[in-house]
Amino acid sequence: MSSVQADEGKPPLLSLDNVTLSFGGVKAISDISFNIQEGEIRAIIGPNGAGKTSMLNVINGFYHPQQGTITWRGKPRRRMKPYHAAASGIARTFQNVALFKGMSTLDNIMSGRSLKMKRGMFWQMLHVGPARNEEIEHRQHVERIIDFLEIASIRKQVVGRLPYGLQKRVELGRAMAMEPDLLLLDEPMAGMNLEEKEDMSRFVLDLNSEFGTTIALIEHDMGVVMDLADRVVVLDYGKKIADGTPAEVQASQEVIDAYLGVSH
Amino acid sequence: MSDLLGSLPAYLLRNTEQFADRVSMRHKDLGIWREWTWAEVGDEVRRFSIGFASLGLKQGDKVAIVGSNRPKLYWAFPAIQSCNAVPVPVYADSVAEEMQYVLEHAGVRFAVCQDQEQVDKLLSIQDQLPALEAILYDEDRGLKGYDPEQVIAITRVQALGDEVISRDKDIVARWNQSIGELGMDDLCVILYTSGTTGRPKGVMLSNRNLIETSANANAFDKLDHTEETIAYLPLAWVGDHVFSYTQSLLAGYSVCCPESPDTVTVNRREIAPTYFFAPPRVFEGLLTTIMVSMEDAGRIKRGMFHHFIRVANKVGERILNAESVNPFMRAYYKLGDWLVYGPLKNRLGMSKVRVAYTAGEAIGPDIFRFYRSLGINLKQLYGQTEASVYITAQPDGQIDANTVGTPSPGVELRIEDSGEVMYRSPGVFMGYYKNDLATADTKTNDGWVHTGDAGYIDDAGHLRIIDRAKDVGKLNSGGMFPPKYIENKLKFFPNIKEAVAFGDGRDYVSVFINIDLTSVANWAERNNIVYGSYQELAGHPEVYQQIEQHVRQVNQDLVAEPQMAGAQIHRFLVLHKELDADDGELTRTLKVRRKFVNERYNVLIDALYSDKTEQFVSTEVVFEDGRTGKIDATVAIQTVDIDEPATELRQAS
Repeated sequence: MSSVQADEGKPPLLSLDNVTLSFGGVKAISDISFNIQEGEIRAIIGPNGAGKTSMLNVINGFYHPQQGTITWRGKPRRRMKPYHAAASGIARTFQNVALFKGMSTLDNIMSGRSLKMKRGMFWQMLHVGPARNEEIEHRQHVERIIDFLEIASIRKQVVGRLPYGLQKRVELGRAMAMEPDLLLLDEPMAGMNLEEKEDMSRFVLDLNSEFGTTIALIEHDMGVVMDLADRVVVLDYGKKIADGTPAEVQASQEVIDAYLGVSH
Repeated sequence: MSDLLGSLPAYLLRNTEQFADRVSMRHKDLGIWREWTWAEVGDEVRRFSIGFASLGLKQGDKVAIVGSNRPKLYWAFPAIQSCNAVPVPVYADSVAEEMQYVLEHAGVRFAVCQDQEQVDKLLSIQDQLPALEAILYDEDRGLKGYDPEQVIAITRVQALGDEVISRDKDIVARWNQSIGELGMDDLCVILYTSGTTGRPKGVMLSNRNLIETSANANAFDKLDHTEETIAYLPLAWVGDHVFSYTQSLLAGYSVCCPESPDTVTVNRREIAPTYFFAPPRVFEGLLTTIMVSMEDAGRIKRGMFHHFIRVANKVGERILNAESVNPFMRAYYKLGDWLVYGPLKNRLGMSKVRVAYTAGEAIGPDIFRFYRSLGINLKQLYGQTEASVYITAQPDGQIDANTVGTPSPGVELRIEDSGEVMYRSPGVFMGYYKNDLATADTKTNDGWVHTGDAGYIDDAGHLRIIDRAKDVGKLNSGGMFPPKYIENKLKFFPNIKEAVAFGDGRDYVSVFINIDLTSVANWAERNNIVYGSYQELAGHPEVYQQIEQHVRQVNQDLVAEPQMAGAQIHRFLVLHKELDADDGELTRTLKVRRKFVNERYNVLIDALYSDKTEQFVSTEVVFEDGRTGKIDATVAIQTVDIDEPATELRQAS
């Protein structure tokens, strides 16, 4: 686990203050505040319908909260579109794999670099001079990701035909390709078997320790959350019911009642 | 053979001059093939070796090498040998306790590892390895927080070497000189056998063993510096050591390291090796993949494939053996080569193969002929770690699927009265490390070695191996029971991955079958057979029907040979789990551990020799992360109708 605990001295990478999001009469998120420190693995947990995915959607600018402020790198953030969030350094993966099914692993990850491409489409189509050098540079970066995620054997395969666990890995690769400051993972281990979960956990930990990427993840598997996360925030019915280290959260009676349930 | 140099590192020095600009090694890294010439390799090895010596490596030290086929690990061999220390390559996928035995027995002072996985494994057993001082590694991922005194990057060792070289001007000359002083009969490497029976034994090979054998082998197949080969088999296995290291050093040819173990097939296609070795398993697997993907191909393509494969079947092998063939058929074969064989060989990465070998197990005659009919010069050889590989090999043009060839150059062969094959050659090992008892059991005073295999030499002077000498048993009827012979016949069917036959001291022969998941799953999909797990598929009645057909065919084969008619298979079952090396059922080289399987599945064997039609069994299994669990299953047992021996059939008709 990374050594960065809630470091009070440094301003947080991202902080949410009194955020409320409602759809018509339904309050998906009500009056929630928490922050994400640079370099930590932050988990967001809670029962089904607790508002976890809504929370991620707020962070990456897909939903706009009616109340509250979001501060990114010390500056209050205005209403923005997801691609603004992406350009400012927030990348994400989805609960259901959202890859370009007909494209190869390599092309999918390459697409994660599109925001970093400087030359326009015209130059890229000509594939000469600076555009070519730029592509080589991006390709090198992508190859490093392929090596990191150990997916060299499926480099040229169409992702639609890959097993689910590998698709998840490719999706993580695409998000990594953006070199994000903050990576949002929406249930990265959902639907995986034990071995795949272990692999994915290893990648998340290495990603955090080797590249220093800050990670916020939603996860249902409590074992995974407790092993990976530095700090955990627990939501229930759109409200925050606990926030702290895995040990603190596990000890909270409210959390036990709401989520962890009685042992069976 | 007076023109041989005195040691393996001496050959490296020679190559840095004689083949300075030729490629010695390739490795695909980050999607690109990187190359090192012999001059560059010489430089890498020199820095590595001098740096290693400054860490304290000295004459006689043992150094473990753990990992997959990586340039730096291959360079570790000459780097260590130049210091007159002894490399001990270890199977990288062996579990910690297996590894502990070998490293403790060898008394290693250093270990050279590929990555964090192996470093962690060694650190977990270092309490039991008092001699181990430091661990060197190639890939630094995940190794940031480790103790830098104990866990050292190879690049750092090489940087140490650079420092020493810049400080001490004579060091390189002294290093070169010390290589010149290495002796032909010095211990050069210790290779631990995978332990089909009992604990692994450390086979000590000298410079002479490896150099003379490699020189003979290169001459036998006319291998020179233009060859390309791909290194993908375990470093700890004598075959890889000889094909990818010593023969390459002597001939000066290039060795290519794949990107990862999963990409070997793709990488082989990119490299198109000229000299290639694979165990029968690989050839079987490739053929299964081809056949499965042809089933999925369009009608025209499929028709063309099958048509030209029939043509190849008729004339391909004769053309390869340079026998006389009807000119029309020769031209037609050429067309087939253009349309089918060429593209197919390209897919397999075998379009440039001059010499390909298979060994280790018997290969199915049909599989063997299939590759040869495509024009691939696939041959069989018979070898052992104790012989520095080569005992017999098939000379070009004298190929028979059932034999393993004539004695290799310099090898003498004889058959004991018991039927056991014995040999004597320049490659015969020095002895087992710290195990004189085993050495005396295996090697006679005048240098003959027991192979432990039963066989005979046929009229053409080729050796035929029947089975392990101690495995050939007797049925109660007095008939011969060669388990491997029967198992191999079964394994030649693509649906059957593994088989274990029983019959010694019994009334009849019965077998365990492991289905081949790739092949059977594909068949199931095609036939709308629904299954949820390996276990469910294995127990499916329709799968049993398929397997029964295969068993019947084997019985027909057996009944055709008078002395084998008694060894027909009466009953069989399909195992509910795959035999696995992690569970101790297979060796690391994937051979069945007969004794262990016998004990573990005792209930199933008893059921085979009763009239039960099913049997419950509970098996403990080890998962990849080391935890254990239990698999429960009720396994069905099938009885097979037995064909009468051929003579009676004839009387009846």
